[in-house]
Amino acid sequence: MMTIDTNAFLIIFTASLIAISCGLLGVFMMLRKMSMTGDAISHAVLPGIVIGFFISGTQRGIEVIIGAGLLGILATLIIDWLRKKAKVQLDASIGITFTLLFAIGIILINMLAYKVDLDQECVLYGEIAYLPIDLWITKSGFSMGPRITWLAILNLLLVITFIWLLFKELKLTSFDESFGIVLGIPAGAINLALMSMVSYTTVSSFEAVGAILVVALLVVPPATAFLWTKQIKSLIKLTIGIGIGISVIGYYLAFWLDSSIAGMMVSVAGFVFLTSAVLTSKKSKFKFGTQSKEEAFSS
Amino acid sequence: MEDFLYFFSFQDSSILFIVMGITLLGIGSAYVGTFSFLDNKALLGDAISHAVLPGICLGFILAGEKNPFYIVGGAIFSGALATFLSSWLKENTKLSEDSIIAVILSVFFGFGIVLLTMIQKTGNPEMAGLNQFIFGNAIGILEEDLWVYGSLSLLIILTLSLLLKEFSLLVFNAEYGKAIGFPMKGIRVVFNILMILSVVIGIQAIGVVLMAALLITPGAAARFWTDRLGTLLILAALFAIISGIVGTYISFIIPQMPTGPWVVVSLSTLALISFLFAPKKGVLFRFISRQSYLKKTHKEHVLKSLYKAMEEQKSGLQIQELLSMYPVHKTETLKSIKTLYKTNQITVKEGFIELNESGKKEAKRIVRLHRLWELYLNEYMNIAPDHVHDSAEKLEHLITPELEELLDNRLNYPMLDPHQENIPRDHDDH
Repeated sequence: MMTIDTNAFLIIFTASLIAISCGLLGVFMMLRKMSMTGDAISHAVLPGIVIGFFISGTQRGIEVIIGAGLLGILATLIIDWLRKKAKVQLDASIGITFTLLFAIGIILINMLAYKVDLDQECVLYGEIAYLPIDLWITKSGFSMGPRITWLAILNLLLVITFIWLLFKELKLTSFDESFGIVLGIPAGAINLALMSMVSYTTVSSFEAVGAILVVALLVVPPATAFLWTKQIKSLIKLTIGIGIGISVIGYYLAFWLDSSIAGMMVSVAGFVFLTSAVLTSKKSKFKFGTQSKEEAFSS
Repeated sequence: MEDFLYFFSFQDSSILFIVMGITLLGIGSAYVGTFSFLDNKALLGDAISHAVLPGICLGFILAGEKNPFYIVGGAIFSGALATFLSSWLKENTKLSEDSIIAVILSVFFGFGIVLLTMIQKTGNPEMAGLNQFIFGNAIGILEEDLWVYGSLSLLIILTLSLLLKEFSLLVFNAEYGKAIGFPMKGIRVVFNILMILSVVIGIQAIGVVLMAALLITPGAAARFWTDRLGTLLILAALFAIISGIVGTYISFIIPQMPTGPWVVVSLSTLALISFLFAPKKGVLFRFISRQSYLKKTHKEHVLKSLYKAMEEQKSGLQIQELLSMYPVHKTETLKSIKTLYKTNQITVKEGFIELNESGKKEAKRIVRLHRLWELYLNEYMNIAPDHVHDSAEKLEHLITPELEELLDNRLNYPMLDPHQENIPRDHDDH
């Protein structure tokens, strides 16, 4: 009985760590109106993962992370190129870029299917339930606990360091990019750095929650928090809270219904989001009286 | 090669059948997608295509098998729910449109995955076919299903063709449409239904994740070749058909390969070719026309400098003098001198450059345009004489002979510009 509880704790703990890392980055992505770019990156890292996997022969290789990171940056650059040089509208640039890169990823998986042990379902959905049996064993044979948990801890530390170091720059460029540039902040570099962190987080989490569901964790908790508050600090706190909440509830629901934990986390997040949307929209009507005032207030 | 002949001679009736199906659904998605691309709602299609997954799973659970009617019904239900939610959220929350789309897309897909894993754990033998909704498998579509999907595509194509005017109003100027009495809300509902339908049938071939490509890419690529709606739709459909057939062919020769990714890769290749090489809008074309414009302006600047030297009673300029006038553009200046020499507009003797008769005429024209424009700005726009130079510096390369005539007429064929410099004319010397 005790072991089940430890496993449950480990899974919830890891899921929370991943949800927090994604949520923290997601807040800034959302403020920059780049949520769909985040979605595009999480699809686009796929070929990087496959190539890295093929080179290193294992999911744990540093090549996988480098490959995905490079592809994430490449996706950002392609979107930018299509938009600025080829003058394709932004949403179409995003759509074209991520579908192409994702398609290449799937083709690579199918071509290398006999050479590497990587099936598309694992990359797409992930399975956090297997986490307790995937242990990090040191060379001396000592077990350090689940490998993915350690990855998630490292990821969260890096994300927190990143945001802590660049908080002012991120905040400024998110709200007023031109003002940031006037102040001498290299907005382009900050943007690329943020995109690299998003790609890294996607890779680091894909084994647990799958490449597509990372998007949900990037987008939904910050959007839910944004319905309740506009203060950036409370936005971040609320996002973290929601991340932990959906991990706990998602785990137990999935356990109860015998379904995918990551999928259930997202479903719970969607439910929380929808409830918040209904509550806050009613509240704001009640508070501000007329529709026109509310629109003026929100714009 | 044998496979190639076997496939493209269509001697196998089932291949012919599948190719016809792919063609129909490619046209349907390309039509709908082009409209939503023009409406700046390209990513709504992406959201809808992810959002139909839970509906498909629900349809499967209810029917207990892969029944096309249940699956289409379920998909329409969840697609409609997603469309409704996205417009509701846009009106009732302060979230930006891309956040809303990203939320809907990921939540619906996540819920779809939950249902999919639940189905997987029931061990229903029929569920093997369900996975092909995620990446698509045109070859795997059953013939009887193809009838359903083919006729639905036909329905989409027909509706769009018959209501072409209404839908153009919707995407180009909905306000105007409303003003002249079209039921724009109803038209949007019909359009959304067509979009959901095209997603439902499109994912058979291409899968949920990549469906966005079939909606967005053909329209975006075709937009580079034409400005006319009719041509745009035909081109988009053509791109979709070509890549649909390529994708099907590849999953025919490599059986374990899903169709979707190859359709997307060939579509993207067509799009990339369009972005780079399309006349007028392509990157290459715009680069070349920009280069030739820069070359022209520089040549005209050189002519102008030579003319101004003549006004200062010099017969011409040393190459060195000319080069020092444009210190950052030395190579361009040398190139301009070379072209001017070749077109016989200047003579070069031991490094000394003089204007020829034809060069002088051209130089006069540019100086005249410059000074006319300066005078126009000064007289008609009341801009101070010391502020008019920069604008004239740009316009002198652009003013057409007709416009020149008009300016001259308006200003009553003036002699002097605001800086009291002579406005040169062809008959001055005589």
